[in-house]
Formats: sequence, C-alpha cells, structure tokens
Amino acid sequence: MTVLDAATMALIAAGLLFFIAGTVGLIRFPDPLARLHAIAKADNFGLSLIALGLAFQADGWAIVLELFLVWVLALMSAVVAAHLIFHTALQMRGEDDREEETVE
Amino acid sequence: MTAFLMTAALVLLINAGVSLWRMVRVRAAAEHVLPLQLVGTNTIAILLLLSEAMDQPAALDIAFIFAILAALTPLAFAHRLWWRLPSRSRR
Repeated sequence: MTVLDAATMALIAAGLLFFIAGTVGLIRFPDPLARLHAIAKADNFGLSLIALGLAFQADGWAIVLELFLVWVLALMSAVVAAHLIFHTALQMRGEDDREEETVE
Repeated sequence: MTAFLMTAALVLLINAGVSLWRMVRVRAAAEHVLPLQLVGTNTIAILLLLSEAMDQPAALDIAFIFAILAALTPLAFAHRLWWRLPSRSRR
C-alpha cells in the first residue's frame, strides 16, 4: 500500500464519520433549525473529504477537475438549499405562532 | 482498494436509508425536505466512490447532475409553501 492509498483511506474514513454524524444530528437534534445545521454542514464536509481522498486515486487531471467541479456545485446547492429551507421554515413557524395567538 | 471503496459506498447507502426512515416518521413539511438534502449529498458521495471503485468515469457526470437536482428540491419546497402563506407574511 502506497502513501497515496493510505491518505485516500484515511480521508474517506473521516468523510464517512462526518456523514454518520450528520445523520445522528438529524435524528437527535431537538429543533428543526438545529437539524438544518446538521444536514447543511456535516455531510458537505464529509463530501469534501471523500472527494479529496478520491482525487489522490485519479488517473489524470481531468478527473481531479471534475471531482472539484462536483464538489463546488454540491457546496453551492447546499448553501441555496439551506437558505431556502431556513427562510421558509422560519415564516411557517411565525404563521403557526400567530394562529395560536388568535385561537387564545 | 476496490473493496474499501465499495464498503464505504455501502456505509453511505445505509446512512441514506436511516435518513429516509426518519423522513417517513415525521409529519411537519420542513422535516420532510431536510432528510432529502442529506440523501442527495449521500447519493453524490456514493457515485463518486463507485466511479473510482468500478473504474467508470461516466459516474462522475451522473454525480454532477445529482448535484444540480439537489438544489432544485428545496426550491420546489419553498415555492409551494410560499404560495400557501397568507400574503402579509410573503417576504
């Protein structure tokens, strides 16, 4: 096993840990907005580590470039997704509070 | 190395399954779209791993498409719920 193989295995194992941490956060965190932290950060960092680990095994620079592009696109879509979900969930929560006030 | 990459992909598949199990157990609308995001990221990582393990560079292109589609899911969610809100809270 070469040094590059060892680096790949270590990075992918660390990435898997972050993915599992994201799922545990999704299940265990008490608040919807806290759960958004778990899914928006932990799993994207895991994806970064896995993409970096695989880049050490790539056959050419074209593969490395494509891994990099997939990673950047996934990060950008995660930012957009987290913002949209947060904004909508916050407004829905405000609506629920107002409805409770009128009932009382 | 191939066996290690396949095992990692299997772990991610189980991880995505746990998120989906969580998704069918909750009721609030926002709670349904959160695990979908996690499954989307899991899918991208699985495709990257399989691309290397099975020596199929085309799987990277599929991962690319999944990364684009992962951004459309919350867009559809926000768009639907936005029209359901009363007009005074649409910002």
